[in-house]
Amino acid sequence: MSDFSATSSLLFRDLTLAWHRRSDVLQPLAFAVLVVLLFAITLGGDRARLSAMAAPIIWVTVLLANFLSFDQFFREDAADGTLDQWLSSAVHMSALCFGKALAHWLVYGLSLLLATPVLAMLLSLDVSLLPVLLVSIAMGTFGATQIGLVASALTARLRRGGILLALIVLPLFLPLLIFGSGAVDAVQAGLSARSALLLLAAQTTLLTTLAPLAAAASLRIGSDQPP
Amino acid sequence: MSLFQLEHASCERDAELLFRAVDIDLGEGEWLLLEGANGIGKSTLLRALVGLYPLNARSMNFAGVDVLGDRGPLLAHTRWLGHALAIKRELSVIENLRYALGIAGRVIESDPHALCALVGLTGYEDSPVRTLSAGQKKRVALLPLIASSAKLWLLDEPFANLDTRGITLVHRLLQTHLTRGGSAVIASHGDAQLAAPSHRLTLVSP
Repeated sequence: MSDFSATSSLLFRDLTLAWHRRSDVLQPLAFAVLVVLLFAITLGGDRARLSAMAAPIIWVTVLLANFLSFDQFFREDAADGTLDQWLSSAVHMSALCFGKALAHWLVYGLSLLLATPVLAMLLSLDVSLLPVLLVSIAMGTFGATQIGLVASALTARLRRGGILLALIVLPLFLPLLIFGSGAVDAVQAGLSARSALLLLAAQTTLLTTLAPLAAAASLRIGSDQPP
Repeated sequence: MSLFQLEHASCERDAELLFRAVDIDLGEGEWLLLEGANGIGKSTLLRALVGLYPLNARSMNFAGVDVLGDRGPLLAHTRWLGHALAIKRELSVIENLRYALGIAGRVIESDPHALCALVGLTGYEDSPVRTLSAGQKKRVALLPLIASSAKLWLLDEPFANLDTRGITLVHRLLQTHLTRGGSAVIASHGDAQLAAPSHRLTLVSP
């Protein structure tokens, strides 16, 4: 029971902190809009070509924007000693890691999800594809957040972990990307998105189950390096 | 009654022993002053006790329970305070206290305003911590210590950044903790001693 109250306490703390740092939260969002705008301008007048490529572009952009937010995961908590306080408390670290990922998704994943219709509009995506795109982005960002949780836990105490974080995270995004944008492709080709979405859901479930455990273990291994 | 026992403990850094093996036997209401030169491993020993650094020891007991393998029973009744204060600049004093305890799975057992008054932070309860001075931030970091019911305090240089009144304050908090049957291990250079420790332990290189 104390694990549950600790996790919800962490969730509220992170949401409060995110509210205090609203401008930081908007940065990945602004990045996503800018990248999509660049594509829209480069691909230019050919609307048919633009709308055919819209789904993969949106998927890659959203995942990259999500990746930019991973730096916020543990770096500050590691630097100011908060992480060591958690590790030296009786609460299970994996429970806290789950709360951490949930808070992160509610701040960054959800805001990217809400921005997706705007991105779709910029790339003149067929409106009938929007529901399947939103469902796949919702699941995909949740899974991606779990990948980010583990990778950030591994690099939390490194002075310059940014590039390493990219090298760990980006290849792991691939399965999410394949089935996520595959689901939209299927609907576009007049097929059912069911199997692609189910596989995406399976991945996200597996990641959500295992990632907090892996992240907790990584943080504990790194704890012999004081901030 | 003996609350915390540590037998033949040492820590290594890069395969070299940091200090000669030490024994600690701490009863209820007693406190130990941990001394030693800079870099000898005072902070490392405290971190090792709460499981943040590998510890070699023959045995470690807390309230009669072996905690060398599983630190759980020890951590449930211990509060460690390191060099880093673990407070958030954007949050207010009371928010910092509430989340520090909440995330450790504990609840505030007394009135937060009374606790703030106890550490001399009256009038700052709802101020964001970024507006406070270094010494006041240190006092904020002390709050979770007195707000929780931890039996054993492990304090790493608790006098750093504090003025004379702050040092007296830490001693007063410590005395209250000890009279309630608590214990403490305090690492310090010994420049700010006002009360005599029950035990003294000086770390020496092997």
